[in-house]
Amino acid sequence: MSHAAESQHPSGGRQGRHGHRHLLETAGLSEADAHRILDAAETFFEVSRRPMRKVPTLRGKTVINMFFEASTRTRTSFELAGKRLSADVINFSGSASSTTKGETLRDTIATMEAMNPDVLVIRHSASGAPHHATHYTRAAVVNAGDGTHEHPTQALLDAFTMRRHKKELRGLRVAICGDVVHSRVARSNIHLLRTLGADVCIAGPRTLLPSGPEWLGVPAYDRVEPALEGADVAMMLRIQRERLTGALLPSMREYSRTFGLNPRRLALCKPDCLVMHPGPMNRGVEIDPEVADGAQSAILDQVEAGVAVRMAVLWQLAAEPHEPLPG
Amino acid sequence: MKRLLDSAAVARGLDRMAAQIAEKGADFAFVGVRRGGEPLAEALARRVTAETGHEPALGSVDITLYRDDAATALPSPRIGPSHVPFPVDGRRIVLVDDVMFTGRTIRAALDAVLDYGRPRRIELCVVFDRGGRELPIQPDYCIDRHDVAPDGHVEVVALPDGGFEVVELTRAEHAARRTAQPGGESS
Repeated sequence: MSHAAESQHPSGGRQGRHGHRHLLETAGLSEADAHRILDAAETFFEVSRRPMRKVPTLRGKTVINMFFEASTRTRTSFELAGKRLSADVINFSGSASSTTKGETLRDTIATMEAMNPDVLVIRHSASGAPHHATHYTRAAVVNAGDGTHEHPTQALLDAFTMRRHKKELRGLRVAICGDVVHSRVARSNIHLLRTLGADVCIAGPRTLLPSGPEWLGVPAYDRVEPALEGADVAMMLRIQRERLTGALLPSMREYSRTFGLNPRRLALCKPDCLVMHPGPMNRGVEIDPEVADGAQSAILDQVEAGVAVRMAVLWQLAAEPHEPLPG
Repeated sequence: MKRLLDSAAVARGLDRMAAQIAEKGADFAFVGVRRGGEPLAEALARRVTAETGHEPALGSVDITLYRDDAATALPSPRIGPSHVPFPVDGRRIVLVDDVMFTGRTIRAALDAVLDYGRPRRIELCVVFDRGGRELPIQPDYCIDRHDVAPDGHVEVVALPDGGFEVVELTRAEHAARRTAQPGGESS
């Protein structure tokens, strides 16, 4: 495969002004690029199941995890992904660092840049922070979740999980239910799944839905039943407790009764419908424990897929030689 | 295109190597180096089975993740699956590849196999040794060897009748073949 001849960047349509490759969003990621990541992830999935779960591919490369927002599973997943590729992985957590002392994002990125990392994995509560960071580093930047914008590796691991279970994504009916409007997971999934040819719809309480019957090209329902009917995949989103204080929801109990995925609602889906949740889940709120632990649940498969997909992303991004900063 | 070994010569050579490999004991496994070594490992395994009635274990390794230039030279190559469906620990492994050149592919394949366990012994079987070594690695079994100029390309071609022949391609012929088969690798 020639590198220069064609664009094969998992860049989410953005190449960074230094000609570097980044993964900032799934919006604009081409179908071919998405499949390239998912295909590579198949191999890394196999590596993750070997007795010896490490390959020497990124030896000598440095990955810095910069989590300005609390996260355990995503950070652990990226950390393991980097380590299984033999990269040196450093964790930098926002709450215990200079940001709490008033340093700007720009200065923090510039400080990291001075240590010559190959990849910066960035989670930040502000939408667009990873994109902003690309201006101050030569490293490839991976968005690990930014505000209410996107969480591209989550969508890729979801697509990987669906592809493994259902073989073909084209035509798959996917219902994304819950706090859609605040969800970067929903956004990334809608963009990616539409690119891959799936038939996506969204559902949730009206206060947590975008206004209008359609959003990002998919139909929106203010009840979950019409969305779940005949679904191949039911993706439940986490309900955040702070939505209660914002008066967007009356109570968790009422949410569960009206919108939670219980066995009765699951029966509306296809018999082999896959149940997914990006985690961490509120048992008994958006998902009934019986469903979460049931035979159709792919929730732990998603976690396992996460490491393989992140290995594929890190590998594609770190495999590019450094270019000097202009000027 | 110049034919270095015709299909009869390769067939005779595979017969001879299969016999030599089986002679040293029945407890061994073939591991083909993807992609060129894979069909050759299968051909050798068929011969050993026919000869001894004992079917050797068969696996394959993809070396993409183990290349010494993996992190710089290859932005998006296709990685193939490795498939080693048997325990490697304590076993005699016969690595099979098509053309032996710099030795770097075999160095990577050795690392790939060693990640599956600790074999008792690893041997190397190739169809053609074209010289040009950059690492101190030599085959244990080989049908024929002679030096080919560094810019020449040597390929083992699978024929429709199940046989193989060894050909030397010029740079232009090789480039034409590569565009015809995207993702192809050669030594």
